[in-house]
Amino acid sequence: MTELLKVVGLTREYPGVRANDDVSFSIGTGEVHALLGENGAGKSTLVKMIYGLEKPDAGFMKLRGSSYAPQNPQAARAAGVAMVFQHFSLFEALTVAENVALGMENPPKMSELAQSIREVSENYGLPLDPDRIVGDLSAGERQRVEIIRCLLQDPKLLIMDEPTSVLTPQEVEILFKTLRKLQSEGTSILYISHKLEEIRALCDGATILRLGKVVGICDPKATTAREMAEMMVGQTLHVPTREGGEAGEVLLDVQGLNFVPSNPFGTRLKDVSLRLRAGEVLGIGGVAGNGQDELLSVLSGEAKTGKGSVIFDGQDVSHMGPNARRRIGLLAAPEERLGHAAAPNMSLTENTALTATIRKKLTKSNFLNWKKTEEFAREIIEKFDVRTPGPGSAARSLSGGNLQKFVIGREVLQDPKVLVVNQPTWGVDAAAAAAIRQALLDLAAQGAGLIVISQDLDELMEISDHFAALNEGTLTAPRPAKGLSVEEIGLMMGGAHDMEMAG
Amino acid sequence: MDFGSINPVVLMASLMVASTPILLAALGEMVTEKSGVLNLGVEGMMIFGAVCGFIAAIETQSPTMGFIAAAVGGAALSMLFGFLTQIFLTTQVPAGLALTLLGTGLASLLGQNYQGMSPPRMPDLHIPVLESIPVIGPVIFQHDAIVYLSLIMVVVIWAFLKFTRAGLILRAVGENHAAAHALGYKVKAVRFAAIGFGGAMAGLGGAYISLVRVPQWTDGITAGIGWIALAIVVFASWRAGRVLIGAYLFGGITVLQLNLQAAGAKVPVELLSMSPFLATILVLVVISARRHGATSAPAMLGRIFHTS
Repeated sequence: MTELLKVVGLTREYPGVRANDDVSFSIGTGEVHALLGENGAGKSTLVKMIYGLEKPDAGFMKLRGSSYAPQNPQAARAAGVAMVFQHFSLFEALTVAENVALGMENPPKMSELAQSIREVSENYGLPLDPDRIVGDLSAGERQRVEIIRCLLQDPKLLIMDEPTSVLTPQEVEILFKTLRKLQSEGTSILYISHKLEEIRALCDGATILRLGKVVGICDPKATTAREMAEMMVGQTLHVPTREGGEAGEVLLDVQGLNFVPSNPFGTRLKDVSLRLRAGEVLGIGGVAGNGQDELLSVLSGEAKTGKGSVIFDGQDVSHMGPNARRRIGLLAAPEERLGHAAAPNMSLTENTALTATIRKKLTKSNFLNWKKTEEFAREIIEKFDVRTPGPGSAARSLSGGNLQKFVIGREVLQDPKVLVVNQPTWGVDAAAAAAIRQALLDLAAQGAGLIVISQDLDELMEISDHFAALNEGTLTAPRPAKGLSVEEIGLMMGGAHDMEMAG
Repeated sequence: MDFGSINPVVLMASLMVASTPILLAALGEMVTEKSGVLNLGVEGMMIFGAVCGFIAAIETQSPTMGFIAAAVGGAALSMLFGFLTQIFLTTQVPAGLALTLLGTGLASLLGQNYQGMSPPRMPDLHIPVLESIPVIGPVIFQHDAIVYLSLIMVVVIWAFLKFTRAGLILRAVGENHAAAHALGYKVKAVRFAAIGFGGAMAGLGGAYISLVRVPQWTDGITAGIGWIALAIVVFASWRAGRVLIGAYLFGGITVLQLNLQAAGAKVPVELLSMSPFLATILVLVVISARRHGATSAPAMLGRIFHTS
């Protein structure tokens, strides 16, 4: 295997933090190389330098033996380096073809481009209609747009940042087939992911980063996921364990719930029924956009439903708003951290006040008791290891993982009877994710009922007693999580869900 | 065909003249907004363009020089907005409002010695053959160059945004500036260009009022037309064709109600004065309500872009 890209001693400093410190590694031609690390380990910065979005303070790169120092992404693309971003860099109001054209240096005419999009997409088993508006596509389809945008430029090195976080197991399979095909054609892939099993299945080599430094290089096929995780975190992982957990009385009872969201792009909930007992963790899987947000909104009280459709602790709560439900112990933490779970420009103390005033009694005759609120904010920060200068920091200034710990902690520490969470560990590093899961399990052990909506199946399998899946607004009957196979789960989630292989 | 003292041919012809300033300013603002920038300073750029154009036309005795000066003046003033919002990251709404106040004040100051003068006349282009068609000839084919320029600009801007790569990049910047930046496009440069274009078009529109429509200089000559242009962009769902409809509708009803007032129609004057606003809003709301109207706004409209 000849060497394609060699990175030597790259260093990049931001005010107050050394994001990359003397990072060196290399990727061979046709190699799938993994870049592993927790949030803030410096993976993004490193990749940005390779893609020309940032310039290193020290160190150099070599591409096919000659010096490589891209001034901007255009130069990187011209040299044969393409990138699929974690947060899709797509334009929702534009068509697939227009999105692809924007990522190319010298795009052909639109009609020719549409033709080549069709060809490439069929070739690699990623069917896609070039005339559709990206805003109407599913997450999996959007990712295909990005991949095809890269493939059309015939890249030598394809950088993929957390590509599977939004895909079903079947979609992941198709993606892997595509990547293996690319690999067999001699394309190198730099693969960034948190999911260690995936890396073991796909990658030939791995470089592990921690706090901006390379802490290890390994062959993922010969290393266990646990060993890799420990190298990444630098400590022994605490795997959550289920303690106790004999299910008690029924806390939450939803029968035949139908709901039409006000947002025209939302998903209708059709005949959803579920029953949650004290001490139970109900995991709800499914691909994003199949009704997760809507389910959370009808349980939290953001959306009201027909009489008698949501019964909490023997009481009909379907007409109650979120605060009334909080008062009696039904709490929720939505998926979108910035803007839904937390107000981005408000401080952590203020954000604490937004959901905790009722249960933590933070008001006195309708005046906020700021001292008490700040104390509670500090308690959340301390107990959930939220890394921030203090409760006065704006929510926006926290990294995604830290803010997630905060918004989950805020609800958990309010001692709920039922807690509904959506994507509790999305974008959170391994150590923090384990801590969040443990906190959820502890809560269940104390007798609360939990509904965990997530797209991370490993997570659901790890913490759920029962598992159900959302598929286009319908919820499958919950089944005991123990002993479910990946195939069964995939079928519950709606099978391949428009991901059939083309040709 | 004669409705009392109103001659329909003259009415139709003056409709086009009355609509041109709104059309020019609204088209420019539409391009600016398509790049994700909300410049509320249209009124200020128009009146500044009006005074620059007026002064240049008087001093050089050439209306063409007047229009060039107006476009340059409008663009120059818009660059101030560009610096504030793109370099110093000021919030766009107050920056735009400040631009209007500044433009109005500057125009009064510069125009002081030019009150009561008459500018050189902009010659009408008589388009051979077509101009002699009865009714249509005098209505459509006997106007000055700027009227035709404004109509050509409708087509040019539509085609630019729909078919050219530069237009695609401009729309991309307005839809998702972070993604455009990640792909290596120069968000700020694109926005500066769009702001400058909007300023130049507003300046042209202003000069059309002071050089052709009125034609003389008085303080506050634009009389709120910049605000109408802003509203038309929104109600037209950021589409060049609908901007044309909106501008002509507004201009048309303005002319009609003025004629009705002069003819002594038995309708309260207040109601007549109100009618262009009501009719324009009504028609464009109906048009845009059919397919998700307001959602067609550029997603980044008015949002500040930080390079991170």
